[in-house]
Amino acid sequence: MSVTVRTLDELLTPPTAADSPLSTQEYFVNMGPQHPIAHGSLRIILLLDGETIRKVIPVPGYVHRGIEKMCEHMSYRKIITLTDRMDYLSALMNNWAVARTVEKAAGIETNSRIETIRTLMAELQRIQSHALWWGVLGMDLGAFTAFLYSFRDREIIGEIFEETIGARLTMNYIQPGGLMFDILPDFAQKVKKLLAYMRPMINEYDTLLSGNAILQERLRNVGILPAKDAVALGCTGPVVRASGVPYDLRKVEPYGVYDKAEFDVVVGTKGDCWDRYYVRMEEMRQSIRIIEQLIDNIPEGQYMVTKYNARLKLPKGRFYGQLETARGVLGVFIYSDGNGDTPYRMHFRSPNFNNLWAVTQIAPGWRIADYIAIQSSLDLVIPDIDR
Amino acid sequence: MTLAWLKIMAVVGQPTWEVVTVADRASASLESRWYVAVAYMIVALVAVAAMVVALGMGLIYGERKIAAHFQCRMGPMRVGYHGILQSVADTIKLLLKEDIVPARADRVLHLLAPFLTLVVTILILGVIPYSPLMQLADVSIGVLYLTALSGLSVLGLLLGGWSSNNKWSLLGGMRAAAQVISYEITATLALLVVTMFSGTLTLSGIVQSQAQGWWVWRAHGVGVLSMALFIVAATAEINRTPFDIPEGESELTGGFHTEYSGLRFAFFFLAEFINMFVVSAITVTLFLGGWMPFRIGDWESFNNLMGLIPPSLWFFGKSAVMVFVMMWFRWTFPRMRVDQLMRLEWKILLPLGFCNLVVAAVVILSKWYFFPV
Repeated sequence: MSVTVRTLDELLTPPTAADSPLSTQEYFVNMGPQHPIAHGSLRIILLLDGETIRKVIPVPGYVHRGIEKMCEHMSYRKIITLTDRMDYLSALMNNWAVARTVEKAAGIETNSRIETIRTLMAELQRIQSHALWWGVLGMDLGAFTAFLYSFRDREIIGEIFEETIGARLTMNYIQPGGLMFDILPDFAQKVKKLLAYMRPMINEYDTLLSGNAILQERLRNVGILPAKDAVALGCTGPVVRASGVPYDLRKVEPYGVYDKAEFDVVVGTKGDCWDRYYVRMEEMRQSIRIIEQLIDNIPEGQYMVTKYNARLKLPKGRFYGQLETARGVLGVFIYSDGNGDTPYRMHFRSPNFNNLWAVTQIAPGWRIADYIAIQSSLDLVIPDIDR
Repeated sequence: MTLAWLKIMAVVGQPTWEVVTVADRASASLESRWYVAVAYMIVALVAVAAMVVALGMGLIYGERKIAAHFQCRMGPMRVGYHGILQSVADTIKLLLKEDIVPARADRVLHLLAPFLTLVVTILILGVIPYSPLMQLADVSIGVLYLTALSGLSVLGLLLGGWSSNNKWSLLGGMRAAAQVISYEITATLALLVVTMFSGTLTLSGIVQSQAQGWWVWRAHGVGVLSMALFIVAATAEINRTPFDIPEGESELTGGFHTEYSGLRFAFFFLAEFINMFVVSAITVTLFLGGWMPFRIGDWESFNNLMGLIPPSLWFFGKSAVMVFVMMWFRWTFPRMRVDQLMRLEWKILLPLGFCNLVVAAVVILSKWYFFPV
């Protein structure tokens, strides 16, 4: 397989000038890094013909903080504090991905209490993340009320996190060998109260946005991503599932206690924006289902199996671990040279990076307004693309 | 107590609704005392200016509060009691802000655009019948005047988008032009129905023709449909959600007013909010009886009671309801796409409007409506 490298300059060759006053001319327009759809700072260069998109060139790199390089100077415990700055909406799942890889490499066996609490936290975060996505999608499409509804409900999950973890957004909770803190005695009760509240709220989301004729018009049959392309681009998570590929690591290679819970992998049929919308809405319900099954019997046990301050040394070798975050498969690759408690090299396979390139496939031919819907339905978190 | 009420009602009786505009008064005294005419003119100017300011501030505050309560939050709370002075503070802020003109922008057009937009709005405010005694001028071609001016309003948006030297603004300006011109047709078709029923173009005449019942239900289904058409088309004409495509803040980053700041931006903003009132006022005037009180057939005492409420209150009350409906739209609906918007107009609303017009003509010719006209 040969790879052709093209620089941005080459991609941005000026379009041919109009040869007569009546013919049209294509033009480039910068969408971002400062643009409402950038949701942070993502630069998208659009080649437009009137309002129709001819070409999409994503230019990531505006939030690059060199997290992978920083990891080389940090012990495995400290790396956890960097992971939640990547995809801040699935901070706990990012924590877990590193913790799981390190545990696997170091041969640490966790107990079922730790795994249950991790699973519960991850699913709570998935609900929180999808709720935020729903609100932001509404805002991108011009329905501002959805945004504040979702923030209202996120807040309740945020409070549970805050009580347990002490942080609301960038949480360092899941550690190699266990958890930072034990859950509070009323954790289960609070979560149950949340679920009782959240279930009707998701129905309310449906009544506010999903059934709306305008929203359906904006999403249905827009930006179709065929299953073949989705797989070829390495899309994961709700994006690939919406294209009809039932690939969910929680089912395919269960981790945590997902094998004990019963839940469905939601798949779409077509791969349009509406399918991606629908898959996420249903995933919120499935997450509630998982939590409901696990919340009543959290096993007793320690919340940390290693010593709190133990230096973790990995044997020489290459280790890879992955799990399903709210946006797809987060892979953690650790190359350890066997001496010291820092990795020699570290790489994150972030779901957003691969999902982002789907826009280059699906957006051409659609209009600017559709681009908003398409990118919003991909649910990108920009810091995770750049790391 | 009952006796007192009966006496008041006997005095009120059947009001005559005679319209005396400010322009009428001025021209009546022009021959004998010219200074009185001048005084009337000054009063009219001040009244319109005050109206613009009060409406602008009030509507912005109202929108923020209503939006806040739709969205489970409080809205402005800090400046004054429940934030009632927030709009004043915002105005001062906008006044003090730097007025930025982008490099290589067309300075003259860039300056002209917000003024054009606001001037159109103010010109419409002058002919709206607020009450029998509160109308600046009763133009004999009222409905035509409204249509002409709302067609003019697109100029401001287009100029703003063109002169900013910004691709997003240009896209917004083009969208605005396409949208406003298209929806003008449906709005006019809806207005024509009422004109046909009332047989007059003057706005006060249209209001007076609704003494026996408002056109929205007096004209059977035709009235309801034309009002619905008008509300949809008017919402599109003033660029409010779900038709805020020219602004499209998440797509075009503000569209035609991306490059505006300070007071020029405030003018666009002011025009947008006052337009909302203007459109509501036109809807009320044409379909909901203007300043006419609500009456039910021969319920004498009920009708008398309703007659006690001053006409101006009726007018502003009805307009407030319509404004609320528009805000309700905005905080519920997502935004449409450009081609969907055009499809809605040319393939759905326009044929509906024409059919409605034909049916209305048949209804009128066959004298099939309720109440004598």
